[in-house]
Formats: sequence, structure tokens, C-alpha cells
Amino acid sequence: MPGNTQKPNGNMVTFLLNGAEVQADPNWSLLEAIQFYGIDIPTLCHNEGLTPYGVCRLCVVEIENGTRAKLVISCMHPVTGGLKVRTHSNRVIKTRKMIMELLIARCPGSKKLQDMASRLELKEVRFEPLNDDCILCGLCVRMCDEQMAARAIGFAGRGADRYITTPFDINSEECRKCGACMYICPVCELRCQGPQAETTLCSGCINTEPVCAQNFDDAMCFMVPCLSCVKGPDDVK
Amino acid sequence: MKLTSINELEELRRVISSKDPDKPCIAVCGGPGCLAKQCLNVRDAFINEVSARGLSGKVDIKTTGCHGYCELGPIALIYPQGIFYQRLAVDDVAEVIEETIVNENILNRLLYTDEKTRKPIKNGNDIPFYNKQMQLILGNNSRIDPHSPEDYLAVGGYTALAKVLGSMKPENVIGEVKKSGLRGRGGGGFPTGRKWESTRNTQDDIKYVICNADEGDPGAFMDRSILEGNPHSVLEGMIICAYAIGSNEGYVYVRNEYPLAVSNIKTAIKQARELGLLGEDILGSGFTFDVKVNRGGGAFICGESTALMASLEGKPGEPRAKYIHTSDKGLWDKPSNLNNVETFANIPLIINKGAEWYAGIGTESSKGTKVFSLVGKINNTGLVEVPMGMRLREIIYDIGGGIPGGKAFKAVQTGGPSGGCIPESLIDLPVDYDRLMEAGSMMGSGGMIVMDEDTCMVDVANYFTHFLQEESCGKCVPCREGLFQMGGILTRITEGRGRMEDLALIKDLAGMLGDASLCGLGKTAANPVLSTLKYFEDEYLAHISDGKCPAGVCKNLITYGINPGNCTGCGLCLKKCPAGAITGERKQPHTLNTGNCIKCGICYDVCRFSAVVKE
Repeated sequence: MPGNTQKPNGNMVTFLLNGAEVQADPNWSLLEAIQFYGIDIPTLCHNEGLTPYGVCRLCVVEIENGTRAKLVISCMHPVTGGLKVRTHSNRVIKTRKMIMELLIARCPGSKKLQDMASRLELKEVRFEPLNDDCILCGLCVRMCDEQMAARAIGFAGRGADRYITTPFDINSEECRKCGACMYICPVCELRCQGPQAETTLCSGCINTEPVCAQNFDDAMCFMVPCLSCVKGPDDVK
Repeated sequence: MKLTSINELEELRRVISSKDPDKPCIAVCGGPGCLAKQCLNVRDAFINEVSARGLSGKVDIKTTGCHGYCELGPIALIYPQGIFYQRLAVDDVAEVIEETIVNENILNRLLYTDEKTRKPIKNGNDIPFYNKQMQLILGNNSRIDPHSPEDYLAVGGYTALAKVLGSMKPENVIGEVKKSGLRGRGGGGFPTGRKWESTRNTQDDIKYVICNADEGDPGAFMDRSILEGNPHSVLEGMIICAYAIGSNEGYVYVRNEYPLAVSNIKTAIKQARELGLLGEDILGSGFTFDVKVNRGGGAFICGESTALMASLEGKPGEPRAKYIHTSDKGLWDKPSNLNNVETFANIPLIINKGAEWYAGIGTESSKGTKVFSLVGKINNTGLVEVPMGMRLREIIYDIGGGIPGGKAFKAVQTGGPSGGCIPESLIDLPVDYDRLMEAGSMMGSGGMIVMDEDTCMVDVANYFTHFLQEESCGKCVPCREGLFQMGGILTRITEGRGRMEDLALIKDLAGMLGDASLCGLGKTAANPVLSTLKYFEDEYLAHISDGKCPAGVCKNLITYGINPGNCTGCGLCLKKCPAGAITGERKQPHTLNTGNCIKCGICYDVCRFSAVVKE
């Protein structure tokens, strides 16, 4: 889990984080403050070395404002005194899961996405998998610009047709082939091809049931109780 | 001539206004609707006819902005009597000049005939379409030539500016706007005075005033008509705003698809500079302000304030998180005040007539008037301006003249593509910001699309979702992926492949879109789906479980057939069918081969005997 190791400086402001009164540096983002207090919230398009972009929306938290509550993204929301922040309310979790479901439908082959989906306990993807290879998080674009000072790639197109490319879609002389974009890409690392690699949602190691020995010829199940069938001893004959 | 003091402005106005008030003037509407109906030919014919008769100089002929009643175009108003002639053709021109201008007779055949009394109506203001309206913003459109600052001065233009510069402090201007209760006309409905105040309160030397004229809603042309017809009123509002917030630089961001609006506002800016109403030391007050025009590239998303500012900076038009308001850090990270065209056009009125007067119009929470573009299945297509709080029924039936062809009203979609559909049961809803919001729709920029019984609400939701999906910038995941999937599900339902689970999935997606999207586009994008699902759930169910489209729109769910009892064998459908699906002998009932039918509906439309049936 990425943590916030910055030392707070200047005047601290006080706000409520999941019911506890905490203090934070007003120059921090809400995400930094939340991470400072060791609370793990999912982030995808965020990287400490790059400017926040605020597009994956996974870091949403709920902010109470009088009688109403709204969701904000913590990576771009400033810390201000008197905030009432909930990082894992039902509304927040439901939203994160829905976003994750959409991301998995777009790129079921990414290990990072699959791992995050497991941690969010996503059990089902109700959309047709698209098997794309980019979720347009913009990490590579910012990496290329801010850390490599190359600005060789950028976004093109609009809406669902948006894609990342070099200027005019041709080989760019600006690109030094440094590979930083591949290094930072959350989708380039493929998921394990374990059991049920065919499914949209991996979580094979968590969700799949062990193979039942009785399905094999001449094999007998000696497991009592059977972990696979989840039967009691009486059912095992 | 450059005016260097308020006195000089008033002197100029006195000279302009002292022209003969009885001099005949023919004001030909040059709005987009009339332009499409060749109004310029009519105007040229007037000019030619007048000079041919040696009347040049005795009759004024001007091309004005949109009069609103687009259905009847080309329109001309004959002053000083205010005679309203409609559906003019070039052939009518000679007669109009001869009879109305020379002999002062009225041509009844060119007048509007009242639907109920069947009597012709002479004066434009007496026509039901107009007399129920309250044209504070649009009213001057039919009186002034947008290229003539003199015309604007003659109707009291720039008096508000003179008042502000001469006798009001910036705080007083803001106080007045706050007291008027004016709310942003672009869609959000944020109180304008509060926006101005927060921009004024930021400590920065450089501040910007931005006019949002990037009107992208399908079927909406309110801002276009104001900018085309009365650009100086928008400029005046902007100058007053700049004075109030302490800005010296402004932008008009107008979409390039409105070439006439672009050219008219540019002309107006040039004229205002020449008159000393823009530039340094405006009217000798020491206040400096100038405006630049920036043309938008046509992206719907650039109507969103932060995307618009990004576009102004030369970056891709994508919104950013607004946790730090644009009144603190907007264009080039400087405090920026962005308002819609119509909002700015309201400002001179408020200053001239006072905040109390303005606050007296409208409802508790929404003050003043609002311009709506009334389109769709409605008799009187056009622009209407009504006080806030008018009931939908009055707008649709009294002003709009009801639904054509005796069809039943089904729903009205307000607020552009991300507004909701309001059903027949709520037709007595007063139209203001909050009541529309409660009904699951919104004011938006003021589009009103009327739908009749032949409209399939699932198809409507599908259309708008696809529009928004294509116009989404694609920056944030909820809007890009969510709308993509939502569109897929809706298409599936309209094609008869829907599943019952889809309805729950749509609701989940809609909730996430509203909660997690970056900007207003995504946050409101689910409105068309949610409102149709709320008020027309039976139609969704019919598509999914019965495989039927009750309105007979969704192609995959309807079949055409010929009722032999009604078919006279005229052969018209056979001749028109592009797929060769209809066979039969003359004078014998025809048959339709559903295997070949491409469901274009041409046979249904051409049959005069109701023999073609759709189910």
C-alpha cells in the first residue's frame, strides 16, 4: 500500500476521518491525509510522482455537508478544516465496485485490475468483456510529460473512442523509446492464467471451488468434511 | 465617433430617437428558421421594390434577429402599426409595398388566422403565440437590426451601463444582481450575484469575464438567437459584470457552427469599441474592458465551464475537478466569472428596471423569464420566452398550439440531452429550476422537446444516451465506460434482446454516474434513462418481456402487414416499397412478405386507406 511519508509543515487543520478527529496539513490532498493515517483506499490513476489527474474515480470518499452527503475524489479534493469524511461507507463501496466492474469489462486481462477487483470483493461482471488493452488512466501520458519531459504521447478522440497515441498517429521523434510508459502502465502486466482464465473476473484463487475428486475415474474422496462439495460427513458415502 | 462621457452617450441617443416615429419600417426576421425559408430573398425583393418605386429613404428595411415564431417564417413586421405578416414569399412583396406601405391597407391573406375564431389577427402582439409570452429578452429582437448600434441605443441600449458607470459602485451592482434573484441560465442555475461576489472577493490583478455561447443541445437555439439578434445586450451585460467584479478582459466563447452569431458579435464588439463603449476609459469613467471572441470547435463538452476554459487556453476541452472554484482559479488560473449568454442579456434589464421589479417576476426560487426553444411534435415550433413558473400545459397548448395531427401528448423533454422526460400526468407542473429537478428533469439551457403518442420512450432514452456517449470527453471512467455500457444495454432492449436484470443494472449504473462522474455531463447523463424508467416503466417491460414496442418505433419489435379488408389494391405501397416486399394484382388486396420487409415504414406512410398495419 502506498503511504504518505511527507512530514506535515505549517498550520494543521482538523477534520473528521471516519468519525475520528484527525489533523492534517492543508497543503495535502485528502488522499494524502487519508493515507497518512494508514487507511487503504484504492487508487489507479494516482501516482505520487505525478500530478493528480482524477479520472479513475476509485478513490472516491463521502463528504458530509450538513444534511446532505456527496462523493468527491480524494486525490484532488483539498483538506479543509471541519470536513467530515467517510472512506468506506456503503455508498462509497458500491460506487467503487461499479467502477471496478466497468474497468474489468474493458480490460479483463490486467493483473492489477483483477487484484484490485478481488480486494473490492467484486463477485460478478454484468457486462460483456471487451478485452481491450488500455483503460485510459493517463499515467503514461503524465509520466512521459512530467518525468521524462518528452510529451511524446497524448490523448486523441473523444468519449468511448478516446485513445492514447503519438501526434498524428505516426512514429514520433519526440519518443526516446525509454519505456517509462510501459513501466508505469497498470494494464501491461497480465493476470495469471490460472484456473478459470477464460472468465472475465479472475479471482481464481479466491472464488473458485477446488476440484472435486469424485469427478475423476477411480478416485475416492477422503476429505471429511469435503471442502469442495461442502458436504457434511453424512453425505459422504 | 468615440463617446467620452455619459452625457455624450445620452446626446447621441437623443439624436437617434428624434427620428420620425411614423416612418414606415419593414423588419424582416433573419433568424435561423426564417433564413432556412429564404427570408433574405424576401428582404432583397423588398429593397428592390422600394427602390423601383422611388421610395428609397422613405421606407426603412431591416433584417432583424429571430422573432421566435419560426413555424410561420419568413416573417416581417411592418412598423409603425406593428402588422405581422407571415409565410411571406417573394411574390407577395410588390403587393405589400403597394397596399400596406403606400395605401396603408392590410392584406388579410398574409395575416395570422386565429385557430379558434378563424379571424385574421393584425398585430403581432395579439397572436396567442406571443400574447401569452413575456418577451423581456427576445422582445427587442424584432425591433433592432443587430448590425446597428443606433437601433440598440434607440430602444434604451447602454442606459444600464451609463447608470452603472455614472452612479453605482461595484458592490451596489452585485447587490442589485443578488437581490434580483437571477440564476444562471446555462443549466446549473447557480445564483449569478453570488458568483459575481465570490469572483470580486478574490485578490488578483487579473480577472476574466467569460460569456458561454457554446450552445450544443440538439434542438436548442436560444443563445444563438440572442447573440444573432441582439449582440449588444450581451456585451452590455458583460461590461457591467466586468465593472462589478473588477475585470479588464473578457471572452465570448461561441461555437463555430453559428457563423452568423460569430460575425454579429464580432461586429458588435467592433462598433462598441468605435463608440468608446469598450476599450480604455469607457465613457470617461476610467474603467477599461475589452472583449475577444473565441470560436469553439463544436464539442458539446466545451459548454462545461472548466472544459470551456481549457479550450480557451488552447488545451483539449476537458473538464477538471471543481473543488477549487473557477471564481478562484479559472482561466489561466486567474479568477474567472463565466455566465451564459441569456444571463448576461438579463443584466441590463435588472439594472434599468431594478431588482425589485425583476424579483417580482417568476416563482419563489426562480426569478425573471426564461427563453425556451419549443421543438418536436408541436404546432408552433419556435422560441418562447415566459415568466418562470408558467405551467407546462400553458407553454405546450396555449403558446405551442398543442400537438399536430390531433395526436395525444406523451411527454416533454426539458433541459437538453441530459434532461429528463416529463410525462402527461405532470403537465401542470410549474416550470422553474427546483420543480423540474424534483420531477427528475432540469431547466438546463431551455430546450423543450415535445413528444407525442408515436414516440417510444426507450428509443428516446437510447438516443440521448448515445448522444451523450459520443459527446463525453472520455476523461473519467464513470462517464466514458458507464455511458458506453448504458448505451449498449438500451440498444439491446430496443432490439428485443433485453433481460429483466438489465433494469437493475441500468439503475446501478445511473446511481454511479451521478455520484462519481467528473463533471455535469456525466452527473446528469442518466436523467433521460431514469426519468423514462420512472414514468414509462411499462414500456421498458413491454420491450423486454413481451418483445413489443407499444409506440411502434423499434424496428426489431414491429412487423408490418396489410389488412386485406381495407386494401383497395391501389398499388401505391407496391410502387413505393424499396425492398420489393409487397406483391399483388391491381384492384386486388396486396400482400406483404415480411421476410423481405426492411421495416422502413414507407408503405405505412403512403397508404391512404389505413390498410397497412403495424404491430
